[in-house]
This record gives sequence, C-alpha cells and structure tokens, in this order.
Amino acid sequence: MAILSRSEARRILDKTLKYSRAKEASAQLTGGETGNIRFARNSVSTSGVVNNTELMVEARFGKKSGIATINEFSDDALEKVMRRAEELAKLSPDNPEAMPLLGEQKYTSVNGFAKATATITPDERAKAAADSIAAAKKKKVTAAGYLEDARTFAAVANTKGLFGYHASTSANFTVTMRTENGLGSGWAQSDVTDFAAMHAGTTSQTAVNKAVESQKARALEPGKYTVILEPSAASGLLAFMMGNYSARSADEGRSFMSKKGGGNRIGEKLFDKRVHIYSDPADTNVPAQPWANSDFMPQQRTDWIENGVVKNLTRSRYWASQTKAKAIPEPNNLIMIGGDKSTAELIKSTRRGILVTRTWYIRMVDPQSLLLTGLTRDGTFYVENGQVKYPIKNFRFNESPIIMLNNLEELGRPERVGMWGFSAMIPALKVRDFTFSSLSDAV
Amino acid sequence: MKRRKFLKLAGVGAGGILLPLQGMAVSTQQLATSGMDVKQKKLLADVALSAARKAGASYTDVRIGRYLNQFVLTRETNVENIVNTESLGAGIRVIANGTWGFSATNELTADGIAKAARQAVAVAKSNAKHQTKPVQLAPEKGVGETSWRTPIKQNAFAIPIGEKVDYLLEVNNNALKAGASFINSSLYLVNEQKYFASSDGSYIDQDIHRLWAPMQVTAVDKKTGLFKTRNGLSSPVGRGYEYLDGREEDKLHGQTTLYNNSYDMVEDAILAAEQAKEKLSAKSIDPGKYDLILEPSHLALTIHESVGHPLELDRVLGYEANYAGTSFATLDKWRSKKFRYGSNKVNFFADRTQPGSLGAVGYDDEGVAAKRWDLVKEGILVNYQATRDQVHMLNQPASHGCCYADSWSNVQFQRMPNVSLAPNTEKYSVKTMISDVEKGIYIAGRGSYSIDQQRYNFQFGGQLFYEIKNGEIIGQVEDVAYQSNTQEFWNSCTAICDSSDFQLGGTFFDGKGQPSQVSAVSHGSATSRFDNINVINTRRKLS
Repeated sequence: MAILSRSEARRILDKTLKYSRAKEASAQLTGGETGNIRFARNSVSTSGVVNNTELMVEARFGKKSGIATINEFSDDALEKVMRRAEELAKLSPDNPEAMPLLGEQKYTSVNGFAKATATITPDERAKAAADSIAAAKKKKVTAAGYLEDARTFAAVANTKGLFGYHASTSANFTVTMRTENGLGSGWAQSDVTDFAAMHAGTTSQTAVNKAVESQKARALEPGKYTVILEPSAASGLLAFMMGNYSARSADEGRSFMSKKGGGNRIGEKLFDKRVHIYSDPADTNVPAQPWANSDFMPQQRTDWIENGVVKNLTRSRYWASQTKAKAIPEPNNLIMIGGDKSTAELIKSTRRGILVTRTWYIRMVDPQSLLLTGLTRDGTFYVENGQVKYPIKNFRFNESPIIMLNNLEELGRPERVGMWGFSAMIPALKVRDFTFSSLSDAV
Repeated sequence: MKRRKFLKLAGVGAGGILLPLQGMAVSTQQLATSGMDVKQKKLLADVALSAARKAGASYTDVRIGRYLNQFVLTRETNVENIVNTESLGAGIRVIANGTWGFSATNELTADGIAKAARQAVAVAKSNAKHQTKPVQLAPEKGVGETSWRTPIKQNAFAIPIGEKVDYLLEVNNNALKAGASFINSSLYLVNEQKYFASSDGSYIDQDIHRLWAPMQVTAVDKKTGLFKTRNGLSSPVGRGYEYLDGREEDKLHGQTTLYNNSYDMVEDAILAAEQAKEKLSAKSIDPGKYDLILEPSHLALTIHESVGHPLELDRVLGYEANYAGTSFATLDKWRSKKFRYGSNKVNFFADRTQPGSLGAVGYDDEGVAAKRWDLVKEGILVNYQATRDQVHMLNQPASHGCCYADSWSNVQFQRMPNVSLAPNTEKYSVKTMISDVEKGIYIAGRGSYSIDQQRYNFQFGGQLFYEIKNGEIIGQVEDVAYQSNTQEFWNSCTAICDSSDFQLGGTFFDGKGQPSQVSAVSHGSATSRFDNINVINTRRKLS
C-alpha cells in the first residue's frame, strides 16, 4: 500500500472505530515507503526498499487499556484487530495514571512533503553513492556512507471525535572518508525534507577535505579550551539535555532541573542570555508531525529556553493533572536561534581554540549536573589568530551542556541536522573553557 | 531502512534508552504457542532453495523466523506498560554472479517465498555490476535435519502475565519499604524460533530464549537536592524464567551480593535501596591513580567495548567506518604475532557454547556450528571474529560462526560472539585480591561507558565503589570514573581470580549496522585487578 490520502486514511479509521465495543477507543494508521543504500571500502554493500502500512488500535475500559496492531485492511481484519485490543484491555491490570482520551483537536497545518523525495528511484540512490565514491577516489581516500529516505504518512482518530493526518518526506545522508594511510578521517552529513536539496557529491567533498587535512595530527595537552562546535558536534550534547527535560523528573527531585528543597527550575536563568531554544512543528526548515505519538496531543510552538531562562519542561497529561500545570508533549523537532556567522567566520574571530567536526559516543556520567562524556571525531583542528593551523589528535571531553551554554562566546548560523530520530536547526557554538580530559589515539 | 517502533524507557539509565520493537502486538497466549510445524518449514525452504537455484543462484540460505518479545515495565506501585509482539516471515540470501542478494517476505506461501527467492537473485545480479571482487564463501558441510534449543527449564512466555506483574510489584514494594524514593523494574523476554536451510544441505530448527530483569532504584535527599541511583546487579541471560529463582548457591556474598546462575531480585532491590541511600553521604573520590578491582558484572562491559568490538573483523576491514567505527587491532598487528594486547595473564576466548549465555546457539545464522576459539593468548592477539564470506581474509579455512540477524527481514552479518576473560588456573580469591591492594577501588555493576571509534580511549563508571586502603575496604565512595587506553589497561592486569568466581555479565541490546540491528552477548570473567589506573572525579557544581 502506498501513501494513503487523508480521505482514504479517514475511511479506514472510521470503519475500525465503528467496530469498537469498548467505552473509548483510538486508532492510528502509519505507513509508506523507506529506502536505503549503504557503501563501504568505495563499493556499495547493501541497498533496499521497504513498504509497510500498519494499523494500531487501542481499546479502553476505564483504567484498563489494550493495544493491538495489524497490517491487513479487509473489514474482517479491522474487526479482528479491534476485538483483540478489547480482549487485551480486559486482561490488563489497571493503569492508575491512565488519562481519558482527548476530544477533537485542531492540529497545526504542516507542509513537510517534497515531490523529489516522494518519487526517488533506486538509480538516484545509486548515483548518490557513486558521486560520493567518485569524490573519494579522486583524492585517493576511502568512502563509507549511508543514505536513507522516507515517504510516510500518519493518521489518527478516536471515538471522541479526534482526527489528524500528516504526510512527510525526509532523507538523511552521512559519509565518512578515510585516507589510505589511516591517518586522516573526515565526516559530513546532509539532512533534508526535499531530496532535490541533497547533494551527496558536495557533502562528500567536505568529508574528503576534512580527511585529507586531518592527517598527521599533533597532540595538545588535555585541559580547558575555547571550542568551536560545528552544528553536528553541538547537537550531540543538546540532544541529551532535551532528552532529560521532563517536569516530572524535576518535580520528583531527580533531574538537573530539580530545585533544592523541592519543585523545578522553571523561571530561573540557567544559561547565557543569548540562549533561545524552542520547538515548532510548522517551522519551514524542520517541519514535523503536529501531534505527539504517545497520546496525540497537539504540538505547538513551545519555548524551552528564552533569554537564558527556563520557560517550559515537557509534562505528561497525568503529571499535569497532579501538579495543576499545563501538559506539554515531548517535541518532534528543535530549533536553536543562532547568529549570521558561518563556521569560517567564527574561526576568523578566534584567537586560540579548537574546531570540532563531530562528537561521538556521548553518555551520561552524572544526571545531577548533566555531566556527559564523549569524544571528538573525524576532523579536529587547532585554531590560532583566526586561522586553522593544524590538525590535532582527538580528545575525550567531560562537560555538562548546562555549563557549556553558560560559557557561550558566539553563535553561528543554524544548520539542519538529524538528531535522535528527528531534525533540528542548530548553530555552531563557540564556547570557552570546554573541558577535555584525555587524549585519544583514534583517527 | 526498516521502519521500526521504538519504545522509550525513561528511568532505566539516565536519558532513557530506545528499544527497537519489531512485529505485531499480540496476546500473551499467542506468545506461548509453538508456531509453524517443522515439516511445513522444510517444504517452504525447499521451494525457496529450488526457485533461487533455477534463477541462477550458486548459493542460497533461507531463514524462516518467528520472533517473539514480551516487555513488562513497572514503576513503584504501577505497571507502566506491557508489550507483546510477534513477527513472522522469511529472509532469503543468495549468491548470484559472485554477489550477495537479499529479499524478505512475510507471505509464507509457496508462491510468496519463491517470489522472494527470485527477487533476491535479481538484486544480486543487479548489484553484481558494481562488484569489484566476487564473494568468497568458506566451505561448510551440510548437517542435514537437526535442531537445537536453549536448555531452559521454564519458558518465561508460558508464565501468566499476572505472575510476572505481581513479582515486579513485590520487588518495587520491597525497595520502597527499604527507603527507596523511586524504583523502575522491568522484564524483557525474547524468543527466536528460527529455521535455517541452505543449499549446502542444512535444515536447522532452533528455539532460542533470552531474559533480562533490570531495575533502577533512586534515593532523593530533598534537603540537599542530591539524588543517587543504584541499578540492579543481575545480568541478562540465555535462560528461562528459572533465572529468577534466586537460589542460595548462586549468590556470591562479598562486599555486596552478586548473582551467578540465578537472581534474587527482591533481595537485590532491598540492598539497592539501602546502598542508594548510603551513596547520598558517601565520600567524593580524590582523583588520581588507583589499583582497580573489577567484579565480573562490571568487567563484562569493559570486555565488550575494549575487546569484543575491536576484534570484529568487519570493523577491522572498514565496513562499519561510517557508523560504529573501525579498529586499532589492525591486520598487521595480528600478522606480527607479537602484538601485546594485554599482560601474559590475559587470555580472551570466544565461545558460543557457554551454557546460560546470551550468545549460545547450536548454529549461527549461516549454518555454522557453535564453537570456541582463542582471541588473545597469554596477552598476544591471535585471532578475530569472522563470518563465512570474510574469514578467507585471515587465511583460515572455516567461519567462526559469528553471523546473526535480529529478524527474518534483516540480512545477517558479523556480530560478536560471547567473549570472555579466562580465569586464573591457580586458586586466588577476591578476598585475597583485596588484601593485596594498598591503594585501590573495588567497583561493582555497570555504569556509564564511552569509548572512541577505534577502541583506544575509554571511560567507565559503575554502580558501587569501595575505597581500599592497605588491604582493607574502608568505605563507599562516589563520583568515580576511570579512564584508560585499551592496550595499556589490559597490560596493567596483574591478577585474576580463579574459576570459582567466574560469572557471565552481558548486554541485551547491542547496536551495529545501518540500518541498525540489535544483538545480545555475554562476557564472562572472574574478578580482576588492574594497577595504576587513572581515576577522575565526576562531580560538578551547577551555579
């Protein structure tokens, strides 16, 4: 089954819900086509296309809930999946935190569907890989990369009159170039809604240049340095912060957002005053599904940090009911406001510092301070008097994004990056006193 | 790319983890049924083998799989979620014109499977145009019709869901009574019913079971604003529900209680609550050099990251360069026969036959019988982990049996077998080991972990840290992480306890590949000592 139109999806959902014998029921139809191509050692290794459409039904009896899924759409199948959800609901224990289903909602209208991505062919995928490999061969480096593209839709409905429909496209390309002597490595990515805006050859050239230029790295002493984190490098740390941005954890006293003595830190100025991070499903750079997958709550423009002040935390409907506060779903995109400067211009204004292409294997060390550890990778350079001087060996860092966003020197121009399953607009960040704790021999 | 559902688990490890979930949501009863008859599977497999051969395949393997999951998630007095999934279908892999082709289908009819077989051949022929060297497959003699089952005593899927829920809520209740502010506890059950047939003449029916029972206990001091967590000290296992019997003879009582072949989750929850509270007032570590004593459930992850991954041959060759990375353990180091991976006390072996382990199978996903082989012998790098199509690069005649796919719909590729550190052949106890240390830290449980993409530089935390002074443990410490370099670290291994202390730890959802696939693997060791390791203090103050 290809992408269903709004009316086709609605017809299936309405029919499914008519079979409901439960007090409340909801249904979610998702599907579409995804494709990929993978290459390594300058040769294509695997490629594939997967089509799937799936109906998920939830039946509710009071505080009991049951979920069943199916990928057939005959009348019999629709009735069968509803009956199965009802059986499961009756068997399940009460969920004291269950909230009643939402009624009719008004979802933001989002345009996130591009024709070029919707009609991508296997040849176009192969060409992206071929362009990348050609860029590699020209400079005698080795390419390994991955392109993944999707044309999908989602439709939701329930017995209380809720209905929503959203179709979207996306493509993400990442590539690692390594020099034959094993001394240089470079990486680049491209994350788009419209495949026409993706240029695998150009992206690959950036990675090739970084690989060639990163050879023969010198070792600098670990310590505190001014860093220029390119958008991909910064996004790794920011993702951890936003992944732990829950009001409940904060109110329960087990988060960096907890207040000593109880409560949370909403309203406190925790960051440099230039820090402004928000989500908005209708953003034209990173359009996103206008409802939350968990309970179909509408996604609206939400400020998380404004002028360095914590404005909102995510809050489930249950926790909102317990704390008499507003429910706010986990976002489907992220936008950090930046400046006008390119990364090159940020370098120009730097007396001494380190340029970081990418961060890697980031893990939580201490949730109390949100201390993270991880490494630099695929292009780390020493900057002096406004110029990239020479490549340096990779570092392990131990740093908290909270401290990082306090030590902000300058913000670059935001770029679109893939981040934990969704897309984000993140600027390059120039930050002082970033803590590198040891050297890595990895290239 | 396969569209996957992800289940976000808040609470289990900071930041939550995302679990890939494949398949349809089904009833609990459905999970305890036996699935398709083996004769029917053979019929279908023969249809695929014949269709692929006729279409021009020189080699074919067929995997007909039924993959079952049950996840039960609780917090405090509530059940948060119960997830049951079933996924059924067939994956067909062929070599045609010297090139791999793969296709998968959930249409398990003669027509459906034959069509998929022909499609796999078409993919192979199409990819052959871009192939530089033909696939070279290590020979494997067909084994005829055979079967293998994880030697479980109690199928966890057959236990009523109510019993599992009651058990987890009892665990939670005990932790709360012992002073925990919060507790998350879960059960993850996996059953892979997979049938493998190949043009070599193998028809292998396997029934693989795995179980994991993790928990996280949190203690909050509202006055100071401090909070601390202590995760359960169990290990994910290749066992049935009997793992939760918590037999007395499986407990190792030392500085804390550790568990070997079975797990007492209630007892561990009570201890976790007490220890989490103690952590709130524990001394913050003075950074510096310490001798570390690492117990097996902790050391498992260090072995996984610094030995298991760098010795994956596909990584060494560059196939994972864009995602997981490459490896410092390059072929020239192996060829030299002199590369000192560790001290002469260090012996690593791979073993897919270890009872109770996550990696135990009868045969891998390309029909190679489970085996045991050496990776590092007396400190010297001697071998890697390889599949049938890559082992020739080591000039070795047979695959190591390291091929795995996490579902019928994904193509199988090189995955880590169980990799273990051999215990001391001479008697040596943990007690004696501690008494031999002047300035050190004893670390238990797995905590935060991070390693670079070539597996040189790493940093590990833990769950429990005890300071050792002049041969005695003087108290709990906090804010500990150690940093080292793989080769330096294993060369600083000066002592290993004997086999009476040998335990398997492991990891349940190890990710690799693009699109990413998960795999589960165990790592055995006895408590071991590492001298003069750099320990950092991880406490930071936010203004």
